[in-house]
Amino acid sequence: MTMEHASDFASPLLGAEGRGEIRGSHTGGDLAKRGRMRGVPAWQGRRSVQHPSTVSALRADPSSPTRGEGGRVHRAFVTLCFALFFLLLPALAARAEMNIQEVKSKKGVTAWLVEDHSIPLIAIRFVFDGGSAQDPAGKEGLVNLMTGLFDEGAGGLDSDAFQQKLDDAGAEMSFQAARDGTYGTMRMLSQEKNEAFDLLKLAVNQPRFDQAPIDRIRAQVLSGILANERDPNTVAQQRWLRAIYGEHPYSRSDEGTKDSLATITADDIKAFHKANFARNGLHVAVVGDIDAATLGGKLDEVFGDLPERQTLAPVADVTPRLGQQLEVNYNLPQTSLQLAWPGVKRSDPGFFATVLMNQILGGSTFTSRLFSEVREKRGLAYGVSSDLVDNEHSHALLVTTATRSDRAAETLSIVRQVVKDMAENGPTEEELAAIKKYMIGAYAISNLDSSSSIAATLVELQVDNLGIDYMKRRAALIDAVTLADVKAAAKKLLSVDPAVMVIGPPLVQVAGDGKG
Amino acid sequence: MTLGTRRLRAALLTGALALMAAAPARAADDGQVKDFLLDNGMEVVVIPDHRAPIVTHMVWYKIGSADEPPGKSGIAHFFEHLMFKATTNHAAGEFDRAVSEIAGSNNAFTSYDYTAFHETVPPSALEQMMGFEADRMRNLILTDDVIKTERDVILEERRSRIDSNPQAVLDEEVDATLWQNQPYRIPVIGWMQEMEQLNRPDAKAFYDNYYRPNNAVLVVAGDVELDAVKAMAERTYGKVARGPDLRPRIRPVEPEQNTKRTVTLTDARVSVPSFSTQWVVPSYHTGKPGEAEALDLLAEILGGGNRSRLYQELVVKQGIASEAAAYFQGTMLDATNFTVYGAPRGDAKLADVEAAVDAEIARIVKDGVSDDELERAKTRYVRSMIFARDKQDDMANMYGSTLATGGNVKDVEEWPDRIRKVTADEVKAVAARYLVFDRSTTGYLLPQQQAGN
Repeated sequence: MTMEHASDFASPLLGAEGRGEIRGSHTGGDLAKRGRMRGVPAWQGRRSVQHPSTVSALRADPSSPTRGEGGRVHRAFVTLCFALFFLLLPALAARAEMNIQEVKSKKGVTAWLVEDHSIPLIAIRFVFDGGSAQDPAGKEGLVNLMTGLFDEGAGGLDSDAFQQKLDDAGAEMSFQAARDGTYGTMRMLSQEKNEAFDLLKLAVNQPRFDQAPIDRIRAQVLSGILANERDPNTVAQQRWLRAIYGEHPYSRSDEGTKDSLATITADDIKAFHKANFARNGLHVAVVGDIDAATLGGKLDEVFGDLPERQTLAPVADVTPRLGQQLEVNYNLPQTSLQLAWPGVKRSDPGFFATVLMNQILGGSTFTSRLFSEVREKRGLAYGVSSDLVDNEHSHALLVTTATRSDRAAETLSIVRQVVKDMAENGPTEEELAAIKKYMIGAYAISNLDSSSSIAATLVELQVDNLGIDYMKRRAALIDAVTLADVKAAAKKLLSVDPAVMVIGPPLVQVAGDGKG
Repeated sequence: MTLGTRRLRAALLTGALALMAAAPARAADDGQVKDFLLDNGMEVVVIPDHRAPIVTHMVWYKIGSADEPPGKSGIAHFFEHLMFKATTNHAAGEFDRAVSEIAGSNNAFTSYDYTAFHETVPPSALEQMMGFEADRMRNLILTDDVIKTERDVILEERRSRIDSNPQAVLDEEVDATLWQNQPYRIPVIGWMQEMEQLNRPDAKAFYDNYYRPNNAVLVVAGDVELDAVKAMAERTYGKVARGPDLRPRIRPVEPEQNTKRTVTLTDARVSVPSFSTQWVVPSYHTGKPGEAEALDLLAEILGGGNRSRLYQELVVKQGIASEAAAYFQGTMLDATNFTVYGAPRGDAKLADVEAAVDAEIARIVKDGVSDDELERAKTRYVRSMIFARDKQDDMANMYGSTLATGGNVKDVEEWPDRIRKVTADEVKAVAARYLVFDRSTTGYLLPQQQAGN
């Protein structure tokens, strides 16, 4: 076990996605994730401290670098390929800025490519629009189940043969269901790229969805659901989602339920695959040891023969229901607190003003207002933070912390005072100047620290339609935000009566606990 | 879902790195790891990586929870928190703000054998970081107020990490049972009643004993030149006086173990049971030549991922488990543990899963492993080292943790060769020697009976 100074852990409520990490399997390694590993070195321990909850509230999933502009930058280490930001780091200007090429294949598949030949590996990431929010009513868990089946047999290869070949090629392949997208990633050694891309082509175009693997993966997902059914945080998160989203698809768990999983057939999965894996909903990014011409050929092989158009069900926008308090009483040693205020759309002109405000409020790990008031001054909690949660159809600002139960009311009151002060007075000039500097420079460290994370970032830029030159424009967009803009954003969002959830023993009110 | 993902990190756990000759390097010194000593005894490792104008700066102290005085459990981790407080030269929070201002990131962590502090920043800020780290190595101001508030924070951290999580509560007591004498029996975060009593004199004594340049390893990975790092380190860390010589890290070790022990936790929050079985085995530091390498390969073949025997047999063929795996943590100063674990699915009982895991272990003990699966496991490990080069922090962590647990730079660099040399007989031999059920510790996490629900 490895302990850390900062809290990349404090909020099991958010789940892995909220922290900008890619979700692990429900079926492999849950035990390990529960912190079983003694003496795990730091880089392992830090990743393994996750709550096993299968439901996460108000998520920005999966790893969503651009949407996660407000996300915290925990222990972000860096290995990015090229320099990015020179406004504040003029020394970097001499370096090549990251050169993102748009590659268009003969058959018309486009991808963003960052060529880097210094290490013999290639990372590809892609997304098809439409994720678990597409699960038909009564068949919740379908998309998630499907994503567990791409290395379980494709084309002429059954499950065992496919995995054997993947092992031979030394490639890592995975698929994830997010709310609004179905993601795929592969990391391969460049000298074995032909074998790896061949397997990816098979997986994308001809997944077999054989009954035996379906039943096995379904049983593993079900084990995960059952394992969490008495976990207070899981139960509470499910109640929270229902309270916040009502009947909207976002209120459902990605994994589905015992009953819904049982109804899903191979035909259901095949039908969704056909509807979802089509070229007009595809976004691709590639980073590493491959040139544009070679990539063009690979794009045609992997994606060129997919159908032209997706057939997705429309998903409505939903405004989270705030102004409510939910108490989920359990006799726990610690009380978890979760508060939601309105968020902001990625396309909103006030987006960066809100991002900067959130960063000052509770986004920055060690220097935020919430960190200072709740942890540094009073020792009330190990972790406290605020996050902007940005799904395609819903937005929120979420504050989470966990505190000893006899001081939970005090902690809640402090959180609300800090938020109230931000709503009424906004940040200071100095705070804004400092956070702008941080936000501009930290983008590289937090979003571009490996080939895989660069690829993930480039995919999200495409999903959000921000343009291939976004990274060059971003610093100016942030610099242009004025104090008045941030104050206005704070007032608009944080004056609203939030949704509050308390998980733990009944809350004992303290004097002066007014609403914020 | 990431079912298909290879468990790359299993290989990273071994703390190793291959310098792949095939890799074209952008700069002449890329991958040329160099180490040297400052006059005051501080070790320095430089890992050039010029792909980005970023540097990861880490200071590893050879002090962890297993070095704590009796009755003071948690002091190593508590002290790690206190290192973020005011010094005679910098007010509280100044370091964090400085890192934030240059858009860097920083943090720290504590384990059994080491405590490390790290920042990731543009290279132009490297010397400033060194200055802050060198300053807090000796100049912390510890007041009773600071101690009291931060102690509340670590108590909340314990409640978050351990007390709120039945699996963590069980793990803590399995460790205390597996280890009969060795300090790995004590949790890194500490026992609650001892944490509550940690005080200023404890912290001061700990600081003065262990936070010294001659007990520290500096690891700098990134866009830097060796000579420049050397000069900066001498101007900053070099000014800190060498401390008294530290006693060798000779800690209580395990007596002969003669029993099979079980530890059971039933909890209302649990609905699917699970188990783990652990054995005491040698680490890279304590093992005979080749033993830890053989244990790494055994863990990979037995339970390292979805091509492993446990996964294929229990999850795929028999269909009785939702998960089944094994792992070995070799980068430890003292003897370490080898672990298998599993959980049932469907109508299968926990006992079925445990029996099937045991049967797979017995099969390896009796018949060994095939040349084919051994080669595949070796290839996975060696290949994973190329992937590791994609992340600066993985590289820095490999070297730091190895050097903090009795190894050196050469140990890291030669690891792939040592892995390649392991024979199937050696894998079978370590399984037979160490995975003996009559001296094992098994933990059960069980649901409460329905009546209580």
